Amino acid sequence: MKKQHLSKKEVEHVAWLAHIELSDEEKTLFTEQFNEILEYFKKIDETNTQNVEPTYNVLDLTNVSRKDETKPSLPTKEALRNAPKKEKKFFKAPRIV
Amino acid sequence: MVNAKHLNSTDKNNVTEMSTKNQNEVRIGLEVHVQLTSLKTKLFCGCSSDYKGKDPNSLVCPVCLGIPGALPVLNANSVDYAVMVALALNSKVSECMFFFRKNYYYPDMPKNFQISQYDQAGGVPLAVGGFLVIDVGTKRKKVRIGRVHLEEDPGRLVHQGAIDTSPYTLVDYNRSGIALLEIVTEPDLDSPKEARIFLQKLRSILEHLGIFAGRLEGSIRCDANISLTGGTRVEVKNISSFKEVERALSFEIMRQKNLVKKGLSVKHETRHWDESRRVTISLRMKEKEHDYRYFPEPDLVPITITEDFVENVKEKMPELPEARISRFVDAYGLPQYDAEVLVSDKALADFFECTVKLYDKPKEVSNWMMGDLLRNLNENNLVLTDCKITPEHLVEMIKLIEEGVISGKIGKRVLPEMVLTGKQPSLIIKEKGLVKISSRDALEGIVEQVFSEHPSCVEDALADENAVHFLVGQLMRATKGKADPQLANQLIHEKLESLKK
Repeated sequence: MKKQHLSKKEVEHVAWLAHIELSDEEKTLFTEQFNEILEYFKKIDETNTQNVEPTYNVLDLTNVSRKDETKPSLPTKEALRNAPKKEKKFFKAPRIV
Repeated sequence: MVNAKHLNSTDKNNVTEMSTKNQNEVRIGLEVHVQLTSLKTKLFCGCSSDYKGKDPNSLVCPVCLGIPGALPVLNANSVDYAVMVALALNSKVSECMFFFRKNYYYPDMPKNFQISQYDQAGGVPLAVGGFLVIDVGTKRKKVRIGRVHLEEDPGRLVHQGAIDTSPYTLVDYNRSGIALLEIVTEPDLDSPKEARIFLQKLRSILEHLGIFAGRLEGSIRCDANISLTGGTRVEVKNISSFKEVERALSFEIMRQKNLVKKGLSVKHETRHWDESRRVTISLRMKEKEHDYRYFPEPDLVPITITEDFVENVKEKMPELPEARISRFVDAYGLPQYDAEVLVSDKALADFFECTVKLYDKPKEVSNWMMGDLLRNLNENNLVLTDCKITPEHLVEMIKLIEEGVISGKIGKRVLPEMVLTGKQPSLIIKEKGLVKISSRDALEGIVEQVFSEHPSCVEDALADENAVHFLVGQLMRATKGKADPQLANQLIHEKLESLKK
């Protein structure tokens, strides 16, 4: 394998942040895949960006806004349609603390 | 909960140093979240912002539900309002600001990120720096502001019972996307009391700016960073009103001091204020700042805020509390203290000015408001805007006292009725039969009765002027406070004189 950009420990940390449980095999697999992707992205490092301003938005636009006027919301039934779990008019989610 | 492995020798040394040097020094920084309740719609979509008391998930759309492909568009008025607040806090408004994504995985934000602003990684929040001067006892104190920025409110989570034992979470996204202003202070506050004073002053400013209705539940909330000098910083979340601030902070300070006393270290963590149990509980290991992986929100373009724009907002700025306090002192001749108490709540100050317009004795009005009215509101846990008393009714009551229809003492009994029922004072007096008794004939009989019931007190009163008060008191009591106090006094004295002969 080539140079390690990301350790297995870091993969575990990212999984913890996302509340995703990974098996040991998955951790190894993802570490490898992440590193391949990062290796590929290393090509960007070859570009000289010394005199280039950072781009915060690719659009050549500023100050896009709307008036403070209400628009109809979705019917609750419609809003909940794709929810895997619901209770009464609520979305239902696992407790995360 | 403390990890034993933190108990190494260095920590112990720190602890001793702290306890000898500045055991009691507390540093508090606040992150205040203010809903811009005067906006009609949410920050990035046209859903109504009037969500309080509405059915769950009835004010939602693809944008605030985070449905892929939905695009946020900034509410133009939110920038006006936010700039007003920045100016009132002496902050420097940025010429160009960006929105950033704050990434975290928690069901209160369906996108798995919150659109916010950031002051690092090239991010520019709406305004930086500034200060607010607060009065703590007799000293004035400058509390520095770190930054002011716009962000969206997360959805509301409903737990079954306590947050740490609830089997699952119910989510209502009506609140998700509501425009929120985050105001961050430097850790300049030294006590829970100072934190409360700061928040009260801030609330009064926001109300005077007309951007926010503080009486709405949850419209001003805060997180607090608390540390003992030299100690670790702990973040306390979920302080939902400023009534709770002093309680939550006091608890957390006591918890940290107890740990230090035992020689244990304070862990860097996020804790949750549990209002019903009145304790802070450990929630989760806190993400480090870089865990949020802030990056520019590609769906929103930069916002430029020109000098002209700021000048324009400046011109529209209404009178702020400090100016109003000075005006109350100058124009109405009120003592500084009265002016400060009245202006601390915009509704109270407005009520005062309305009343004074109808009845030009400011100090008299202020006395009734500061004394009986405020005490009554506090006792009943009410705010002025919740109750039915009107300036017209207060004026009527004061005039009834002036004209001698009722005594001042009876006024004190009429006022609570006015607060609770909104009835006209003259009606209350009629219904309860509270008109002052100022005829000699009606009172003389009662004087006889008091004298015959308290013979030994009469003896005392004949010898000692101080004991006369007791007899006057008995007369007032027998008439349920309705006797004209002056006449009562006079009749008692006359009767005593006649006995002396």
